[in-house]
Amino acid sequence: MAPKSSAATKQHATPAPAAAPEASPAAAGNALQSLLNAYNQNTSPRLKLIDAFLVFLMISGVLQFLYCVLVTNFPFNAFLAGFGSCVGQFVLTASLRSQVNPANRNEFKDISPERAFADFALGSIVLHFFVYNFLG
Amino acid sequence: MATKAYTLPTNVAPETVANIRSLVRIVSLALISAAAISSRLFAVVNFESIIHEFDPWFNYRATKLLAAKGFYEFWNWFDPTAWYPLGRVVGGTIYPGLMATSGVIYNVLHALNLPVDIRNICVLLAPGFSALTAWSTYMFTKELKDESAGLLAAAFIGIVPGYISRSVAGSYDNEAIAIFLLMFTFYCWIKALKTGSAFFGTLAALFYFYMVAAWGGYAFITNMIPLHALALILMGRFSSRLYVAYSSWYAIGTLASMQVPFVGFQPVRTSEHMAALGVFGLLQIIAFAELVRSHVSSKQFQTLLYASVVAMGLVGFFGIVGLTYKGWIAPWTGRFYSLWDTGYAKKYIPIIASVSEHQPTAWPSFFMDLHMLIFLFPAGVIMCFSKLRDEHIFVIIYSVVASYFAGVMVRLMLTLTPVVCVAAAVALSSLLDTYIDPTEPVPEEIEPTEAEATPQDPAKKSKKAAPAGNPTSLGEYFSRFTGNTNKPRGIFGINNRLIVLFNTFGMLVFFVIHCTWVTSNAYSSPSVVLASTGADGNPHIIDDFREAYYWLRQNTPEDAVVMSWWDYGYQIAGMANRTTLVDNNTWNNTHIATVGKAMSSSEEVAYPILKKHDVDYILIIFGGLLGYSGDDINKFLWMVRIAQGVWPDEIQEPNYFTKQGEYRVDDRAPDTMKNSLMYKMSYYRFNELFGGQQAMDRVRGQQMPKQGPTLDYLDEAFTSENWIVRIYQVRKEDILGRDLKIANAFEQGRKRKKTKPPVRRRALA
Repeated sequence: MAPKSSAATKQHATPAPAAAPEASPAAAGNALQSLLNAYNQNTSPRLKLIDAFLVFLMISGVLQFLYCVLVTNFPFNAFLAGFGSCVGQFVLTASLRSQVNPANRNEFKDISPERAFADFALGSIVLHFFVYNFLG
Repeated sequence: MATKAYTLPTNVAPETVANIRSLVRIVSLALISAAAISSRLFAVVNFESIIHEFDPWFNYRATKLLAAKGFYEFWNWFDPTAWYPLGRVVGGTIYPGLMATSGVIYNVLHALNLPVDIRNICVLLAPGFSALTAWSTYMFTKELKDESAGLLAAAFIGIVPGYISRSVAGSYDNEAIAIFLLMFTFYCWIKALKTGSAFFGTLAALFYFYMVAAWGGYAFITNMIPLHALALILMGRFSSRLYVAYSSWYAIGTLASMQVPFVGFQPVRTSEHMAALGVFGLLQIIAFAELVRSHVSSKQFQTLLYASVVAMGLVGFFGIVGLTYKGWIAPWTGRFYSLWDTGYAKKYIPIIASVSEHQPTAWPSFFMDLHMLIFLFPAGVIMCFSKLRDEHIFVIIYSVVASYFAGVMVRLMLTLTPVVCVAAAVALSSLLDTYIDPTEPVPEEIEPTEAEATPQDPAKKSKKAAPAGNPTSLGEYFSRFTGNTNKPRGIFGINNRLIVLFNTFGMLVFFVIHCTWVTSNAYSSPSVVLASTGADGNPHIIDDFREAYYWLRQNTPEDAVVMSWWDYGYQIAGMANRTTLVDNNTWNNTHIATVGKAMSSSEEVAYPILKKHDVDYILIIFGGLLGYSGDDINKFLWMVRIAQGVWPDEIQEPNYFTKQGEYRVDDRAPDTMKNSLMYKMSYYRFNELFGGQQAMDRVRGQQMPKQGPTLDYLDEAFTSENWIVRIYQVRKEDILGRDLKIANAFEQGRKRKKTKPPVRRRALA
């Protein structure tokens, strides 16, 4: 459910100011603008690469979910496997992102970036082993 | 400088101390494993290497097939001899973890040219895994406190009767490996949470998968971990480590759990699994919000974000509720309702309530199963509060939840036992730490200055202050409450130390004696073979069950259908290798009710039912002669109740009681009771044993009527040595087309009654 919910949060953030009386639309626009600016300035290219992958996974997951809801869920196991691979890969990549993020250095004391990548690789292999088995 | 109660040698190198420590740890763990395994061998020593009880017989039968024909045959196994005439798809209706484990061990041993019999592997699997449980409990407790607490916890779980009751040699059931998997999954989870490592998250998911494959109790993990995560979020302890640990566990673990055919799509379709999904979604939202917050500090934006997070959470919650309402997500199953409402099962699902291990726990069994640990348990939980790291919260939640469940159902004592051992070990080890530590408290007059004067020596300070507790601990709050914060705290002199240590040692000795006694006396009986002690003290083995099952195997055609109450289905299939109508799988309530109806109605009503189901033999358990209380007459009311659930017009429970509401089998028993098939089969020819004197039922303690029951539609085929098992053959229909009752009367030379309708065969068509 991760891609869906995160995406929804983003969409939700834009129309909500109309409901809140003290926040004008312009202020919200400014806030979004400042968020984008801050993101562009403070994020290293490596993290941006990871973020691009995350966005791709999210789009892929949303598409599969829409297909399941709108067209058919017939091979339900295949849908679950495909959707699960997107969600699983998403959270593993997000974990990798937070582990290599220098801002979180003090949280992950015993995990070096190399170790984080090894964990990520192992988790992905295990995940896709089950995905492959479940595709049917 | 602080004085010492006794002096320690100072001329030892720190490396030597560390080496000796680790050596002692390894040796202790090895000894604990040996103790855990050997105390479970009472069953083999006292009786023999035999599979116990009921369910293990099925597991054993399935494992034999797996070992003989390979995994694919086992996976696709359709068993036509169970639930006759329906059959059972075994591969898709079991948790295959246990059989797969034994199968792997069997194949590995055979590959090493060690031709071990599959039966011995099955018998010794549970003791073997108990050693692994001890080890994983050690690892778990080590994360909570330290190695010494870990060793204590391992020793406790190794010999505590609450766990031994499910893991003696021969008790080849899912719980045998499940407790190890439970503890190890929890250990991986704690470790993943502590370090924020996706590796341990993945490992937790893999062991979770193994657990799902092994035991239906996996739902406990499925709900414990989300509950812990949710508690951490609500306490404001969200961290990236929590995100990494939970997400990697859930994403991989859920997908993995769906690989087990018996579980299938349940993780996305049933309410039991929705908590995990909900917490997973919540974590994603919170993690995203945290990420955004790290980039902007605008106040209004944060308010906005907060509002949208709450809104998303509510939308998700109502979404799940709505989906449940529309039927996309299955609501809670009956077994789960019976956990919340203890009267539920008795009202709506008698088949669940009829199982003795689903009854509420009686309080003496807490002491019997846990002995002194049950007193140390609360102390250990309180000590968790004084540190309150993330893993301590886990233990607190676990102990609260498991205590409740253990009170509701006897069998869930098993899930309580590990946390009791862990908490008790933490408590006891803190006690020992305090009293073995040689540091003497500093006398009162220099204490106030020292409190400020020695901040540069924090290690020594905290060690000394351990009994008083650090500023956040409960002890500090208590001492503030009593107003004597500045008093030095600690233990003076060696005598006080020795008194406490000696008492603790005594308690541990009693614990070991109690555990050994309970194990050897209460939990090591295979229940297939009974033991009694004669007047002269000689043991006497009662082997009626196997005698009867082997009689069936030797003397009946291979395709004979045997009807019995469902308790004995697996044993008949496993030992007698005959087709059964119902067994311990209990998946089809109507089929069980049919058997219940046949047992509780009169011969004339039961005979067509028997004929329709091709029943050749009926097997019942009768303890009246020997005083064996677990017999079918004592279970009879459940048969009536279950049958009444399906045929309320034909079977009514009150008819089986006397006018005064008593359950009797003697002269005063009501006619419905006396005419029921079960009553007749149990007491048929029972009078003859007593040679003219009045017969006595030793279980019910009642005098039997002078005139015993007669049977027209059944023949007695076999009765075991002590009358525990009685087998009846269903008569063939009369060749002349007469009703069997009339034919019987004719053979005995009596006249046919004119009033009876001549032919009753129509009922069969």
